[in-house]
Amino acid sequence: MSDLRDLYQELILDHQKNPRNFGELPDANHHANGFNPLCGDKISLDFNTDENGLIHDIRFHGSGCAISKASASMMTMALKGKTIPEADALFQVFHHLVLGNLVTEEQIEHLGRLKVFQGIRDYPSRVKCASLPWHTFKAALNHNSKTITTDSDNDSVN
Amino acid sequence: MKSSLPMQTSSLKNELEGEYLEKIRKDFPILQQSVHGKPLVYLDNSATTQKPKTVIEALKSFYEVYNANVHRGIHTLSEKATERFEHTRQQVHTFLNSTNEKEIVFTRGATEAINLVAQTYGRQVLQPGDEILLSAMEHHSNIVPWRLLAEEKKALIRVIPMDLQGELDLNAYEKLLSPRTRLVAITHVSNVLGTVNPIEQIIQLAHRQNIPVLVDGAQAVAHRLVNVQSLDCDFYVFSGHKMFGPTGVGVLYAKESILKNMPPYQGGGEMIVTVSFDHITYKSHPYRFEAGTPAIAEVIALSEAITYIQKIGFSSIQEHENRLLDYSTQALLKIPNLKIIGTAKEKEAVLSMTLGDIHPHDIGTILDEEGVAVRAGHHCAQPVMDFFDIPATARASFAFYNTQEEIDRLIKALWKVLEVLG
Repeated sequence: MSDLRDLYQELILDHQKNPRNFGELPDANHHANGFNPLCGDKISLDFNTDENGLIHDIRFHGSGCAISKASASMMTMALKGKTIPEADALFQVFHHLVLGNLVTEEQIEHLGRLKVFQGIRDYPSRVKCASLPWHTFKAALNHNSKTITTDSDNDSVN
Repeated sequence: MKSSLPMQTSSLKNELEGEYLEKIRKDFPILQQSVHGKPLVYLDNSATTQKPKTVIEALKSFYEVYNANVHRGIHTLSEKATERFEHTRQQVHTFLNSTNEKEIVFTRGATEAINLVAQTYGRQVLQPGDEILLSAMEHHSNIVPWRLLAEEKKALIRVIPMDLQGELDLNAYEKLLSPRTRLVAITHVSNVLGTVNPIEQIIQLAHRQNIPVLVDGAQAVAHRLVNVQSLDCDFYVFSGHKMFGPTGVGVLYAKESILKNMPPYQGGGEMIVTVSFDHITYKSHPYRFEAGTPAIAEVIALSEAITYIQKIGFSSIQEHENRLLDYSTQALLKIPNLKIIGTAKEKEAVLSMTLGDIHPHDIGTILDEEGVAVRAGHHCAQPVMDFFDIPATARASFAFYNTQEEIDRLIKALWKVLEVLG
């Protein structure tokens, strides 16, 4: 039996109550909006890259459940200072983690604090809450100006 | 297997409590299970209701004993299937008190019934600039079909406003009725707010100007007696699965005077008299609207659901559900920061709530962990969420098999939500 505390861990609750990098970034060179029609979660994500291609600053705002808010907050912390290929690799591993796909111990370790979301794979209806910020990040990366939604399956976003 | 519940008579009413309620709960196999190690408390009856054994047995027995297509075979099984299928039509006619059984069309559900009316009657009568009048508390299924039609016909959608209690503004409604109004389409009971709309009055006001009215009864038929003749509604729709019957079957009632002039909906077998490549003649109603092989087993099993409801009786159901509504409303309001969305004077046992700034999905997950099933989300009524300026609610909705002890479990689980996330 899954334990509620695996889902709502202290770290997640902390980020939900005190989200980091919350707000807008006026000088962002990447921006996207995400929407989960199932629960109405909305996220707006801004980031900019420096001359070396590193993610220099990243912020989010919007409204959502504890999981999506914490996921967004922790994602921004994890992505700051990363190169785009590094960020993309992190996205892939995180995505597999929450879907409950096979990921190696090494990959999980690579996720650092983000591995706290591992418990979500036991809550299929909540996977999209955790993945919405990441899909929004991908859309911002690809300069996708349409609001992305989670209304298809867990693997893709249209 | 037949239920052994006593048939209700006017002099004898069975109170839904104690041993009698226990006995009824035992008729619903699904209610006997545990979820996450705790006895299931099923409070998502507005989404779908659970099925008594008699309904499940009817489905099984159809496939085991007389599975055959209807209205065509010249063999014993087909004749039996046809007889049972048409028996349900007869029963729905009595259940709704329609004028005759030809006014009863089987559909896939309330949604398809509304789409049927939009695509046949609606398409026939609507001219550019005409108006369809909906209410602010409609389910998407009573918005989207009209929107699609309005776009095609360059017609307009008008909306009857509501107040913060979730009651419709009837003065505004009267003013919205215009010579351009071609139809009023309105829910009997709101799936989010529980509001029971004064549809008699709404219908009367529309009829004064010869405007027909479609009533979405999806949330009503499991809870209250519906008499389409005394309501004088022109269309009434509902789904089987929200009244203890199977999924995949629903009903469109339409006044015969209207139904007989409506063009076909879908084309196919069953709805025709003669077919050649250049000329087709159609059957009369209701068969003209039932193209293809219908949901035979489901229609037959719907009959058992109606029988079950009638055995318990609407006066017992109403009394019990009102008690549950009062009890749960009082108990919920003791929880700090809990707000009930939908406080109309006339209400069914539906409780939409928000809990401080805790997101309803988090509420739903934690309640589920406690074995309590509620719905969390926008309930297919995004305009209602927008009106109350909330992204979603958590909703507990009751049926006659729910108990006060289950409400206590809900309350306990909500305290757990506060403990984890508050």
